[in-house]
Amino acid sequence: MIEHFLALPVMIPLVTAVLIFFLRSRTQGIKVVSLVGSGVALLLALVLLGQVANGEVVAVQMAGWKAPAGITLVLDPLSGIMLALATLTGLVVQIYAWGGGLPRGREPMSFYILYQFLLMGVCGAFLTGDLFNLFVFFEVMLISSFGLMTLGSTRAQLEGGLKYVVINMVSSILFLSSLGIVYGTTGTLNMADLSVKLAAQSSPAVTAVLAMLFLVSFGIKAGLFPLFFWLPDSYHTPPPVITALFAGLLTKVGVYALIRVFTLIFLQDTDFTHGLILVIAGLTMFIGVLGAAAQNNIRRILSFHIISQIGYMVMGLGLFTPLALAGAILFVAHNILAKTALFLVSGIIEHNWHTDDLKKLGGLLRTSPWLAVLFMVPALTLAGLPPLFGFFSKYALLRAGLETEQYFIVFVSLVVSVLTLFSMMKIWNEAFWKPSPDVMESPGQPTPRTMLFSLAFLGVLCILFGVFAENVYELAHQAAAVVLNPELYQTAVLSDSIDPDLLKSYPQISADFGD
Amino acid sequence: MDSLIVRTATKTILPLLLMFAIFLFLRGHNEPGGGFIGGLVAAAAIILLAVSGGVRHAETVTTRQTAQRMMAVGLLLAWLTAVGPILWGKPLLYGYWPPGWEILGIGKLGTPLLFDLGVFFVVIGMTLLVVLQLVDRVEKR
Repeated sequence: MIEHFLALPVMIPLVTAVLIFFLRSRTQGIKVVSLVGSGVALLLALVLLGQVANGEVVAVQMAGWKAPAGITLVLDPLSGIMLALATLTGLVVQIYAWGGGLPRGREPMSFYILYQFLLMGVCGAFLTGDLFNLFVFFEVMLISSFGLMTLGSTRAQLEGGLKYVVINMVSSILFLSSLGIVYGTTGTLNMADLSVKLAAQSSPAVTAVLAMLFLVSFGIKAGLFPLFFWLPDSYHTPPPVITALFAGLLTKVGVYALIRVFTLIFLQDTDFTHGLILVIAGLTMFIGVLGAAAQNNIRRILSFHIISQIGYMVMGLGLFTPLALAGAILFVAHNILAKTALFLVSGIIEHNWHTDDLKKLGGLLRTSPWLAVLFMVPALTLAGLPPLFGFFSKYALLRAGLETEQYFIVFVSLVVSVLTLFSMMKIWNEAFWKPSPDVMESPGQPTPRTMLFSLAFLGVLCILFGVFAENVYELAHQAAAVVLNPELYQTAVLSDSIDPDLLKSYPQISADFGD
Repeated sequence: MDSLIVRTATKTILPLLLMFAIFLFLRGHNEPGGGFIGGLVAAAAIILLAVSGGVRHAETVTTRQTAQRMMAVGLLLAWLTAVGPILWGKPLLYGYWPPGWEILGIGKLGTPLLFDLGVFFVVIGMTLLVVLQLVDRVEKR
């Protein structure tokens, strides 16, 4: 029975969006429905995660059409964790926006509908077991995030949005072309089936080309070096609450897709592919953090840090040991929490003082000490200071690096950690510590309580996951073990696959599927 | 565009196009066709009105608000027929074909027809909304 629930994380946001539409201008009703929808999605995600936490892989075929002919949804511990984190971020951002995180004059209905569609795309991307459907969900995400980014249509937003949508379209076209090549050479787009077929195939050249095409197209989505430039150019333009949502959700879907594809499908020449990923990881984290050091606006600093942190996640994939992948998964988790929280802090600062320019800010420690605390917890988590959550994910990654004797990447990641701490301290010194400059206005209205509450919730999670690091680590390790054993995934999807004799009776199909 | 020929022809073509849309929708049940293409044809019929006599003229048949509502209702209908099977312990989108329900020319009737009807409305609504908005902008220039 539980396998039929797999589709619901995709379907709940969809129906919530429709219900919001019927409410039209009743803002309060829209907020309630959207919040309830996100809450239900989170509960579902937690139930599903509980089902697979023991390392099970569950698959379901839409409409009962058997794999590899039908549409497959697959849930393994990794996708369960990602689902839970995505829906959690969504809920927290909703709570934050309750008390007015959205700037005035913007139609609330559009924000909530687009937000629900974004959530639908993200959940779908985590659940699908089929490359073409991954493409479809990427498009759902792209269109709704483009809508969110340009909501309000100021000049800066349209400029940033244009860059965002063009570069992401390039990524989509690359993805679609590589899907064509995959289908042309193997006759399948089902990930499990593809994994079996590519393992049996003996033309390394084609596989290598495909691997690189996927690396580039997902690399753009994830913001890898040297394809990241769209991200810092566009993330600081929409209202902060939308940036927080993007920071928590979007690039992580790219990372998830990379992990999925490079642990399940492209395993023929791991020395080359994963070695290359490791080099890219080092460059991404280093260039990202250097970019951050040169910035003076809080949101721009944080945007560059997103890139730098993507490097750590991909480093886990490049090292390719159970410990490294567990570290990467933990890092994704900690990053979603900390990054969303930091962008929400910048949202509160912008809400109260109408700027995020560090030169125009100061003395916030005196005027709002609680905000300072709520900034400090995620900032230190991000820099990886014990006993917070971020420390444990970095520790796992570094240890995996030492075990595989990749000393250079370990060295780079340590340097980047120090620079990250430096960046966080820069925001702290400029915005909170130094005396307030004369030009600074006093806060117009008090900060809505929901904003502080949602931030406090994220902060508490950062601390709790650090305190219960052992349990969290075990879950991540379980997820990594399942991901590194593609046979589990293959059996879950293909154990009840279509009868080959049946396929033979349809000449067209059997020509496509091969034998 | 103001042309007597287009305006006169539209009056004849409009009902034909709408009938053709419904035909395509029903045919898609077992053969090429379906809710998506049927919806596009139906939307094209109303867009023809907008092209020949302006947005005002088209909105005597379908206002933009109706188009929006069509989209939402269609989405809801498709959603219900997709998720419904889960209540009976079947996978998403599972089709139920009541035995003995058959119509000449269409074939068996089942829940996928309802799903397709939802798609039909979503496509009409979406296409009209986008095109009418654009035509309106052009006219206001």
